Amino acid sequence: MVIDLDKCTGCQACVVACRQENNISFAGEEQARLGRANFWMNLVSEVKGDYPHVEMHFLPMPCMQCDHPPCTKVCPVEATYKNPEGIVAQVYPRCIGVRMCISNCPYTVRYFNWHEPSWPESYKKGKNPDVYSRRKGVTEKCNFCIQRIRTAKMEAKREKRKIKDGEVTPACVETCPSEALYFGDLNDPGSGVSRLSRSKRAFRLLEELGTEPKVFYLKEGEWDDRQ
Amino acid sequence: MIDSEALAQKYSRVLDPLRRAGWPFLITTGILSLIFFGSFFAFGWQYYWGLGETGMGHPVSWAFYLVNFVFFIGISHAGALVSAVLRITHARWGTPFGRIAEAVTVFALAAGPANILFDLGRSALFYWVAIHAQFKSPLLWDLTCIMTYLTVSIIFLYVLLVPDIGLLRDRFPGRRFLYKILSFGWTGTERQWATMSKIIGVLCVAVIPIAVSVHTVVSWVFGMQTQPMWHSTIFAPYFVTGAIFSGIATIIIVSIVLRKVYHLEDFLTPYNYNNMGLLLLTFTLLWAYFTFVEHLVVGYAGGPHETVVLWSKLTGRFAPLFWLMIALCFVIPFPILVFRRTIPGLMIASICIVIGMWLERFLIIIPSFCEPRLPYARGFYMPSWVEWSMTAGLFAGFSLAFVLFSKFFPVVSIWEMEKEEKKHLSSLKKDV
Repeated sequence: MVIDLDKCTGCQACVVACRQENNISFAGEEQARLGRANFWMNLVSEVKGDYPHVEMHFLPMPCMQCDHPPCTKVCPVEATYKNPEGIVAQVYPRCIGVRMCISNCPYTVRYFNWHEPSWPESYKKGKNPDVYSRRKGVTEKCNFCIQRIRTAKMEAKREKRKIKDGEVTPACVETCPSEALYFGDLNDPGSGVSRLSRSKRAFRLLEELGTEPKVFYLKEGEWDDRQ
Repeated sequence: MIDSEALAQKYSRVLDPLRRAGWPFLITTGILSLIFFGSFFAFGWQYYWGLGETGMGHPVSWAFYLVNFVFFIGISHAGALVSAVLRITHARWGTPFGRIAEAVTVFALAAGPANILFDLGRSALFYWVAIHAQFKSPLLWDLTCIMTYLTVSIIFLYVLLVPDIGLLRDRFPGRRFLYKILSFGWTGTERQWATMSKIIGVLCVAVIPIAVSVHTVVSWVFGMQTQPMWHSTIFAPYFVTGAIFSGIATIIIVSIVLRKVYHLEDFLTPYNYNNMGLLLLTFTLLWAYFTFVEHLVVGYAGGPHETVVLWSKLTGRFAPLFWLMIALCFVIPFPILVFRRTIPGLMIASICIVIGMWLERFLIIIPSFCEPRLPYARGFYMPSWVEWSMTAGLFAGFSLAFVLFSKFFPVVSIWEMEKEEKKHLSSLKKDV
């Protein structure tokens, strides 16, 4: 995934789309204040400087899907692993809620079901039937809408072809009104994301840890001819 | 060998608590049971409603339970050091502490890992850690080491009890049923004593590396992670030192309480306590050294992630707790242990150290969670009633176990005291 920070307007549509797609529980205001709200896709904002030179920055934060994930190796029951596609997957029925993966995630993008998930009554009808419903006491995280990737792969297999670049997109990428998010196969040198990830503006979070995140950000404020 | 009648006469003070159960005993047991079983309600509440009933949240996803876990495992190190090391080095002054130390180990080892059970999102599935064992996870190393240590320390406590149980079997016909099974056919023959000393020798040597491995691995549950201030190479020795430190303090507290309640002044003398105080002093200094090194290195050379956590401890919102810890673990006990190794002095120093060491565990775990590497997830932690109740329940359960233990078994090892005395007398004779 590539996220162009210059294009991000901070509208939070990605956060909403992610909640809708992945049946993320409503924590409520009070619980959210205690840190029990889950954001598979989170939009963090940062205010820099003092009046009159104030800048506001936004950073959409999905799971970084590290190539060397620190979270998977600490799990005592192998409830989380890097799947062959490179996605750090969570196996909910296996998870026993040790939360060591949460504490070992340097990006703090893993979330826990502190209570039984709940939704407003009217919302329940709109839940996505393709997504496994989690119970209390298990960890959950962004998986790049793995259900969409599965569907696209099955379809491609039926038609005996490979998935085209841009054929499958997670909910956040699909919904972004300013098209700041890109999704595709980083291993394919010809894909859009692969090209963008080699941009001079590209950077990754906490690269010094050697986790090799697969989410690339494009720096703000510097234009690149290759764009 | 003197007969059991004379032995019972001589050690009547030690055997007294087994004969009598007065009001103070009933009241203590009642109050402790109330707190202990109250925590069952708290756990049930948490189990039913979810871990959200605690004060934990994002990003502070481990809190009180982990603090209690590390703290109690730490205390359990007392047994290994005091009984095994002192036995190997033939330190005679340690003999009356032996039984207490071994019991502290077993009860603390029961209390510590229980916290992991409370901390799990799905507690009922805890055994999956064994079934789906993942050797890459530090938690499995933990499970392996703790279970080994628990097994060995139960055997250790039990084996050293056998000769005394043999005596009890003869002296307490009313409880003959219990003691007869437990005495394992002990009659005190020459051959049995020979086997006994062989087993004790093996156990003493075995229990030391196991104990060290346990707290090493407990430290690695944190040290192997990427959280700032945890990823430190000295974490393992730092934890082991702190563990033995708090363990010795616990033995002193427990033994002073038992001495007072059961009038064991003849066995636990100021001479024994003076030496124990010196041992505690050594570990006070060691602990202070490690704490100094750990914080100085981070403060001088640490990156931005580490220093944020460090300053939150030194001057930030954790500062009151941090300086309280320094006061309780070093500033108060150090002068006491240097100048006044009396029994009341040791009691004060030890209580300070135990509280201080609990705070130390808290300050290792919580501040790092409140300030993770990326500056976006920020949080604070306030324990809820569930966590307070569980913590109180643990301490009550630990004390309750001791109270009941002291009513069924002698808290001072009779046969070892007797053996030491004989050795001492024969060496005196040789001198003459």
